[in-house]
Amino acid sequence: MTRKVISGTHFWQGNKACAEAAIVSGCRFFAGYPITPATEIGEHLAYRLPQVDGIAVQMEDEIASLGAVIGASWTGAKAMTATSGPGFSLMQELIGYAFMTETPCVVVDVQRTGPSTGQATKCGQGDVMQARWGTHGDYASIALSPNSVQEMFDLTIRAFNLAETYRTPVVLLADELIAHMREQIISPQSDQITVTNRKKPKPTDKAFFNGDDVAPMPSVGEGYNVPITGSTHNEYGYRFTADRAVHRQLVENLVGKVRNNSEKIVDYETNDFNDCDVGIVSFGCTSRAVYETVDLAKKKDITVGFVRLKTIWPFPEETVRNIAKNTKVIIVPELNMREVFYEVERVVHGYVPVIPLNKIGGGEMITPEELLAKIVESVKKVD
Amino acid sequence: MTETFTSRKYLRDMSLPFCVGCGCITLINHFLRAVHELEYEDLSKFVFCSGIGCAGWIPSPYFKADSIHTPHGRSIPVATGVKLLRPDLNVVVFGGDGDIAGIGVGHLVHAARRNLGIMVVMVNNMIYGMTGGQVAPTTPIGIKTTTTPYGSFEQPLDVIRLVAAAGASYVARWTTAHDEQLKEALKKAIAIKGFAFVEVVSPCPTALGRRAGFKDVAEMFRWFRDNSVLLEEAEKMAVEELASKIVVGEYVDRKIPTFTETLFETIREAKKSAKKN
Repeated sequence: MTRKVISGTHFWQGNKACAEAAIVSGCRFFAGYPITPATEIGEHLAYRLPQVDGIAVQMEDEIASLGAVIGASWTGAKAMTATSGPGFSLMQELIGYAFMTETPCVVVDVQRTGPSTGQATKCGQGDVMQARWGTHGDYASIALSPNSVQEMFDLTIRAFNLAETYRTPVVLLADELIAHMREQIISPQSDQITVTNRKKPKPTDKAFFNGDDVAPMPSVGEGYNVPITGSTHNEYGYRFTADRAVHRQLVENLVGKVRNNSEKIVDYETNDFNDCDVGIVSFGCTSRAVYETVDLAKKKDITVGFVRLKTIWPFPEETVRNIAKNTKVIIVPELNMREVFYEVERVVHGYVPVIPLNKIGGGEMITPEELLAKIVESVKKVD
Repeated sequence: MTETFTSRKYLRDMSLPFCVGCGCITLINHFLRAVHELEYEDLSKFVFCSGIGCAGWIPSPYFKADSIHTPHGRSIPVATGVKLLRPDLNVVVFGGDGDIAGIGVGHLVHAARRNLGIMVVMVNNMIYGMTGGQVAPTTPIGIKTTTTPYGSFEQPLDVIRLVAAAGASYVARWTTAHDEQLKEALKKAIAIKGFAFVEVVSPCPTALGRRAGFKDVAEMFRWFRDNSVLLEEAEKMAVEELASKIVVGEYVDRKIPTFTETLFETIREAKKSAKKN
């Protein structure tokens, strides 16, 4: 079992699919701290990484885990950590550092209920806004939301590719249901998989940060003598803590490289929502109830269109606006007390009513019947 | 070693940010002299990691080298990632007592426990200098700081003994008044394979000296010199006698397996058994 890609059809757990996809992506360093429901990712990589010349270590906490990942990334390695809400909270400090230093890395957050310890083993979707705004200051995040074991695999690869392309931390915002579920998954042949690597500098290059385009990234020990700092810095990495223009340019570039490329980054799934009665905007585990709901509603002569967010950040604004223009009401089901709902409201901007459907606690899913009931109720309201 | 030593060779052409009398300047000289005496022509075999606080500015960006200036207390975890992927490089952490023994103390203990082959230089000025003189985990009892205006009422931490108990291959404490001993300790710490910890008791005339009643940095310097007791002598002294002394010397110098040695051995075994299956 020293293969890097275990091609074929498998019956895997979501967390295992994520771990195997990391190896496929070229990840050779994992540092993590045990936490339900993400632990299996670290366990599987502790078993697999040594077989493929990689290293997996368990650190003393989540802060140290992301710290080691950042250090590893600066040696040129692709690196990842995996955690859940409480650990994700601890990591926010170094996620900000990774944004500021333009360090590619992947942070998997398998969501459970919160706040705080919450119900540690139960599914939740309450970290959506934390994935966007978790660390302080100005930045733009990328967060992907898988809704199947197959997507735990596919989106992990995409997370690494985006991290390398844009030199930024990327969050795989999974949830307990998807991570612990076992399903059929197809792992392609290695030549069918696109793996992106960071742009390396030429020997004469000196500017490694703060580029209008994404700057090339040297590794430590290559002779570039690169100063890396979380303080405001110019394109050479030198600290500039008083100059307003340097800070503005740096932050505009950090935000710009994600914002200006959002069309390339944004990904979603839809059905044909033209002229539908109702639109549903969903993501992650919650979206799995939507497919059946569409059929159930059809039997009641209600047409339902949907947008499923595969990237939560950047938010697929155009598509969400589009479904609002083609339906009479939008429903946003999620396992939290309204997070994506507010984002949909912002984008739809009063064009049609946006109705939340929230459920929390016990890890219970929103069922197709509950979603249908909300659809029927909403249709009556807007008629 | 025919060439005479000049620290300029290893430094960027920038002026250092430290206050007059700051021990960080002395330490830079000793460290770079140690590098020179070990016959490193440049710092290309070094990676420096540091956190927040005055001592975090020692390598970043002044050393002509790769330096990773991390958030407060996180230099050791980042150094861990670098060392595991590049065990061939000398990974050196500089930090103050607040950075290393306050906010980052958890990481310090675990790096020592693992005997990770990095070197940590802790500049102990017994105060939070950069933020203007607040009580530190190392501030002696009774010292007035901006957050203990009536005098510090907390037991300070003996960081050296903590690190020695946790693990580590090499542990030493000297003050900036111990030129030769400090430089030799830094040389040993660079050369040794396992975790090396050097505490440098260092004057902060700006934030500590004036509040602790020292009239100038020279007086602080003399106090370090006259108040230091060699470890061998300290072992014969009573606890009360040692209360206000700085116990200097080599606390640990031992050969034990390093983290990378045991890790890579495990990886070799894992690959062997994977191939068999």
